[in-house]
Amino acid sequence: MKKYLDIIVNGFVKENPTFVLMLGMCPTLATTTSAINGLSMGLATMFVLICSNLVISFLKNLTPDKVHIPVYIAVIATFVTVLQLMLKAYLPEIDASLGLFIPLIVVNCVILGRAESFASKNGPLASIFDGIGIGLGFTFGLTLLGICREFLGSGSVFGVILFPESYGALMFILPPGAFITLGFLVAIVNKIRGV
Amino acid sequence: MQYLLIFIAAIFVNNVVLSQFLGICPFLGVSKKVSTASGMGVAVTFVLTIATIVTFVLQKYVLTPYELDYLQTLTFIIVIATLVQMIEIILKKMSPSLYNALGVFLPLITTNCCVLGVAILVIQIDYSLLESVVYAFSTGIGFALALIVFAAIREQLDMVDVPRGMRGMSVVLVTAGLLSLAFMGFSGLEGGLRSLFGLA
Repeated sequence: MKKYLDIIVNGFVKENPTFVLMLGMCPTLATTTSAINGLSMGLATMFVLICSNLVISFLKNLTPDKVHIPVYIAVIATFVTVLQLMLKAYLPEIDASLGLFIPLIVVNCVILGRAESFASKNGPLASIFDGIGIGLGFTFGLTLLGICREFLGSGSVFGVILFPESYGALMFILPPGAFITLGFLVAIVNKIRGV
Repeated sequence: MQYLLIFIAAIFVNNVVLSQFLGICPFLGVSKKVSTASGMGVAVTFVLTIATIVTFVLQKYVLTPYELDYLQTLTFIIVIATLVQMIEIILKKMSPSLYNALGVFLPLITTNCCVLGVAILVIQIDYSLLESVVYAFSTGIGFALALIVFAAIREQLDMVDVPRGMRGMSVVLVTAGLLSLAFMGFSGLEGGLRSLFGLA
């Protein structure tokens, strides 16, 4: 059990995909206009990550080395399609607000990166825990960025109004704010990690 | 005229990297030197245009008529991955000089989300084939422009004394934010051009 807990902590802290590995930057910057959008994007990615990690760890001995990347991409694309159809059916508002970035989970380098560096070398159970750890780390990163941008830009967090919207700096919700907020968050995380 | 409008809007107003957040990984990863940045920019423009034509035809003549729309993501990514491989092989045989210039960048393009993003986007906006080609080509130019400008800034950044905590990716992200802010200045351009050309 200790071993699996370590895998989760590793994904969340040591190899945090947003602040340390800096992977999957496109959805990180694009979908974090509000805390709830960041959270839903993180959870959507986590779902695909766990499923694809599990399947790929089963397939690792069956795939010939030469075609392993196309096979991984096909597995990931399958789960993204499953997610896309489920969101359309049950959570249409989230589907509408994340839009193009749901199909683009396929090319999120976090998922292919974990398939290549973890799931293709470890057993199914360990791969699931790696998916949970990295997925939680990614969700945490996106939610934190979403909270900061929503707070600075419109004065609310998760839709709860903290100060009147007219005092907010709209720039933080617009594209430049995404780069700048993430830049400063990375600096703060670097300070905490003592780099 | 409407093609010129798509061209200008895709490069300046809705720049693919700085306002739509597609292709951030190569934007941050391959922008340390102007020479590599321009190589990457040309390679992306090339693949993006060809991939959009192929996926567009596939969508209109295979997926939609047979009601296979739900397979869009899966087919597009496999087609793009195959296409990149094929372009690499063809270039190697036909034009070794171009292959040597673009070679290292080609495999990286499969996971560049602007290729898949644009392929899906032109279907969503419901562009015609010619409009899609113009849009894809100008998006590629916009990507190249952002990449080259950013690389030129980063070359200067190396000589600056950056505060300790901000070193590395942090200052690069803030710089990208300022560049994105500069590109927002173009946002009035599209409306102005529309009225200039007399388009609604």
